Amino acid sequence: MNGEPLRAGPGPVLQVSDLRIELGNGLPVVEDVDLSLTRGRILGIVGESGSGKTTTALALLGYTRPGARLAAGSVVVGGRELTGRPEAELRQLRGTLVSYVPQDPGTALNPSMRIGVQLAEVLRAHSLSATDQEIRTALGRVLLPDDVEFARRFPHQLSGGQQQRVAIAMALVCQPSLVVMDEPTTGLDVVTQASVLAEVRRLRDQLGLAIVYVSHNLAVIAELADELAVMYAGRIVEQGPTAEVLSTPRHPYSRGLVASIPDFLERQQLRGIPGVAVGIESRPPGCAFAPRCPQRVAACEEAVPALTAIPGGRLVRCIEWQRTPPLAPVPPQPAGLQALGPAPLLEVRSLRAVHRSRVSEVVAAAGVSFSVAAGETVALVGESGSGKTTIGRCISGLHRPAAGQILLDGKVLAADASARPREARRRIQIIFQNPYDSLNPKHRVLDEIARPAQLLLGLSRTAAEGNARALLERVQLSPGIGRRFPAELSGGERQRVAIARALSAQPSLLICDEITSALDVSVQATVLEVLAQLQADLGLAVLFISHDLGVVASIAGRVLVLESGVVREHGSLDAVLGAPRHDYTRRLIGAAPRLGQPAPGGPMAAGARAADDPGPEPVR
Amino acid sequence: MIAVGQRLGAQRRLRFARSWSGRIGLALTVSVVAVAAFGPLFAPHAPTALVGPAYAAPTGQFPLGTDELGRDVLSRVLDGGRSVIGYALLATALAYVVGAGIGLVAGYTRSLADPALMRLMDVLLAFPPFLLLLVLTTGFGSSPAVLVLGVMSIHVPGIARIIRAATIETRGRGYVEAAAARGESRRAILLREILPNITGTVVADAAPRLTVSILLVASLNFLGLGVQPPNADWALMISENRPGMTIQPWCVAVPALLIIGLTVGVNLLADAVARARGTSIDEELVRR
Amino acid sequence: MSVGTTAVGWDAEPSGQHEPRAGTGAWRARHPLAVFVLRRVAVGLLLLFALSVLVFLGTQILPGDAAASILGRNATPRALAIMNRTLGLDKPLITRYGLWISGILHGDLGRSLVSGEPVSSIIGYRIVNTLILAGTASIIMIPLAVALGVLAGRKPGGAVDNVVSSGSLAMIAVPEFILGTLLIYLLAVQLHWLPAVSVVLSGGPLTNPKILVLPVLTLVIVGSAYIIRMVRAGIGEVMRSDYIEMARLNGVPERRIVLRHALRNALAPTVQVIALTLQWLVGGLFIVETVFAYPGIGAELVQAVIARDIPVVQSVALLTAAVYIGINILADVLIVLLVPKLRTAA
Repeated sequence: MNGEPLRAGPGPVLQVSDLRIELGNGLPVVEDVDLSLTRGRILGIVGESGSGKTTTALALLGYTRPGARLAAGSVVVGGRELTGRPEAELRQLRGTLVSYVPQDPGTALNPSMRIGVQLAEVLRAHSLSATDQEIRTALGRVLLPDDVEFARRFPHQLSGGQQQRVAIAMALVCQPSLVVMDEPTTGLDVVTQASVLAEVRRLRDQLGLAIVYVSHNLAVIAELADELAVMYAGRIVEQGPTAEVLSTPRHPYSRGLVASIPDFLERQQLRGIPGVAVGIESRPPGCAFAPRCPQRVAACEEAVPALTAIPGGRLVRCIEWQRTPPLAPVPPQPAGLQALGPAPLLEVRSLRAVHRSRVSEVVAAAGVSFSVAAGETVALVGESGSGKTTIGRCISGLHRPAAGQILLDGKVLAADASARPREARRRIQIIFQNPYDSLNPKHRVLDEIARPAQLLLGLSRTAAEGNARALLERVQLSPGIGRRFPAELSGGERQRVAIARALSAQPSLLICDEITSALDVSVQATVLEVLAQLQADLGLAVLFISHDLGVVASIAGRVLVLESGVVREHGSLDAVLGAPRHDYTRRLIGAAPRLGQPAPGGPMAAGARAADDPGPEPVR
Repeated sequence: MIAVGQRLGAQRRLRFARSWSGRIGLALTVSVVAVAAFGPLFAPHAPTALVGPAYAAPTGQFPLGTDELGRDVLSRVLDGGRSVIGYALLATALAYVVGAGIGLVAGYTRSLADPALMRLMDVLLAFPPFLLLLVLTTGFGSSPAVLVLGVMSIHVPGIARIIRAATIETRGRGYVEAAAARGESRRAILLREILPNITGTVVADAAPRLTVSILLVASLNFLGLGVQPPNADWALMISENRPGMTIQPWCVAVPALLIIGLTVGVNLLADAVARARGTSIDEELVRR
Repeated sequence: MSVGTTAVGWDAEPSGQHEPRAGTGAWRARHPLAVFVLRRVAVGLLLLFALSVLVFLGTQILPGDAAASILGRNATPRALAIMNRTLGLDKPLITRYGLWISGILHGDLGRSLVSGEPVSSIIGYRIVNTLILAGTASIIMIPLAVALGVLAGRKPGGAVDNVVSSGSLAMIAVPEFILGTLLIYLLAVQLHWLPAVSVVLSGGPLTNPKILVLPVLTLVIVGSAYIIRMVRAGIGEVMRSDYIEMARLNGVPERRIVLRHALRNALAPTVQVIALTLQWLVGGLFIVETVFAYPGIGAELVQAVIARDIPVVQSVALLTAAVYIGINILADVLIVLLVPKLRTAA
């Protein structure tokens, strides 16, 4: 152990062969994984929930979470085999040879230790000197202030972006050869995310690091990674240079994934992947994707396809890869482009809403005015803290505005939903962000969907249930789901049930509050598809609240851009996204990662210096 | 292989411990409750009848001997469980009815009723529990009614707090807000949406709380401030027969073992139930 | 929190505020911790006041058998009336309460209904004895149990943990009076190692330390079980947290993780645990002193309750409640000092 140089020489920094990680009962979480990476390159690992990407990422440090074990294969970093080593030796290598940047720095930093001390701890753990100078260098390396005052802060005194930079600093402080980053920008707002991504690129370019970047966000990977590996159900299904894999995906799953990614400049009709990703226990014997695959043949279900090499230095795990059709983006046909009538359905006049806590008052909306016509889709776009959710809650009667009016068909609505007439309550329905919260765990799906019809339409129980069954079909869920409880459904299925429930009383306006933000990208596309179809069939007006420009671009007719409760810009989709007038809009557009070319004034320009990072996030 | 093998072994051992301790707990609890509930049917003599010399050794006629006044220990043992378990159960159940009511109301309302109720609960909670029983006994006399109401008052603030916290947490959930947005009545929201989702909290809280009730009731009975002589009660028997412990240990040992069997059994059960939910009774202990 | 504040955050000003007002305003802004302590103590006093009302109502709301219990059952109604007047029991409730409180604030705790002695002299030396008992038990139990809890908690499912966990789970279920009786039987009666009762002719536990052993042992056994379980849970939770996993991934050795990374986050919960156990101790003293006839304040209270000696009951109850509240306040202040997040927000 002592005396061996820790720096990688020439040759691949990372070499993984035949990796297999199992649960205690023998079921594989990850299998048949081969990876390699040389210095100064970024490898992206992409997958949705359950794909095994985090388990793979941790395995690159020779680590498995309790309950899982490294059953077979080898992980060689910098020429050193990690599998089979005793824990004590592995501990020495972690941090010095290969290090890890976690997904959520808020919980990964010790809340009782000053950040300077935490950095010093990593150094001391490897018997390296931990002088003040070293700490300053470590902080400066990630563009954080390197003064004593900053180093003496506790994690809760930093913003999310600063915390993430500290986590990166900790990963770099012992100068490893390989850094594994696990979705480090999840939960950060778009502008901060852009600056962290710029940081990662700088580390690759200036320090020559080899970086493995794990994410579910293909757009981020597109901007960052040189090579790409797509994972599904614990296996790598496609691998190759990023640009090529994304422009001509060969595996049906990769293709489905790319087709479901919203892009706000090259807008396309979002297509989801039919079916649901299965859990570990129910993986089919052959190709794991076969049940959902439009190209499957009988042979696909018999044996797991091997990863085969195809031209262009790429690998695909599919026997029918040659039949995979090229990407053919279809321009979106959002249903809500045109208003269905002259008078506005919903009018918001000079809305002012605040959040009052014991010590302060945060303004969520200041003088916001807009209208939504029948059948129209209007989007409220902004970062977290912009007030968009609060506005939605005011309209549905869940939050009392401090000033201003909300009118439905010209009549002023009471602030509280309980004070509104039944008709008003029926015609405005809201769907929330968190699919794991939106349904009552103790009620069967059918009962949950039937309830609003009983309450607001006065339907009898049987009539409402018949209604509910029809709605289940409309949201493309099998009728059998009606008997189940929410715990048995996936996130995407639950959101569709929430949509069905909202439609149960035949509303005129649907408020969608970030309804797909918590879903995997392909699941998001399915839900949006369902929503678009419903809108076309029923002539619904939709107020769509989101922070994701790409999603908004695929469905909205008009857009309002919000910053800290103030409307910065509003107009038709084309006008706002194509020719933004306000500075904030331009920054948002510039910072949003895209699959294709960087947008004009792209992330490099939008990347802010770390010291400019705003303080800890205000209350939503 | 990495030393994950060790970790897996530890996990397996944990599961093993969990399963047998839960089963032992269940067995203990059920046996003692059976003795308490059905014992009186099998008592050979009346529990208060004087049937022999004091502190007589066990014989065929008196399998556990006699106590300080010459009453049959076996009969008293068979009869003496109901007061311990019965009053503890009653007090805990009443406490849930009152406490849950207060907690639900305080948790759901946004009016001043919430802080007002909770300040009242805080005052009660600030009182050392056993002391409250002693004070109430001084003022209102020693009787089972005072005992039950006193133990109930000890539990109510803690239950109210827990139910209130669970209500507040559930109130923020999407499905509750959806119900509010469609204008469901307050009553409908509390009963249809919120209440069914806090039963888990109640169950987890109930078992350790029952142990506390049993301990309180037994302790007060031991001091002679709850159930009064000549009634048969396990704890009272222990205190009555202590002076003769050396001569005739059975009249102290048997009720003592029964009480311990009950409390340890309920505790083990509570722990097994809590662990099945992924938590542990220690969190309930802390919350009181 | 604006950029540029110190780590401790004591002079953090929310942006947009004016300069501190002169006088108390400035002092308050510069010493937020002192403000917190003062506020906490004030709340505690209010609470004590409320509890005194509870105690008073609890003991006196029913018209007294006080006169009857002093004069006996055969007293004539006239004698009872005179006794009532002497005791001041004919006055309205509020007046009686006022008299009682003002008496306490002047140091006059009233007189025992049973012996006629001033309450303060009755409980004076007993308080000392109880403090010795409680103090001894705490000093033994706290370090021992916290250490065992940490040892058990850092490796859940390990050998140490299984033994400690099952043992403590059983022990917290055993009522103190049964344990005490059992100990008497084993150690005093069967083995004659120790005296069975704490009858002391003079001098108290300091001159006869043997009488301390059994009561302390009883308290230590059950109290340790409480501490062990709760500390174990606290440490277990810390060890499962993300930042501990992160420390492992950064290559920090396990021992250092436990000592330097984990423990400091377990301090606040441990303080809470100790506070809760001390409060339990306060409650447990009543029973334990009675079982062993230890000359402490707990046994005195139980005697007074049996005899309906209201002044004694009231005074001891108030004292106990004050101690109980005091423990809470101390714990709250300590926790704010120990948890950086709370300290900087104070």
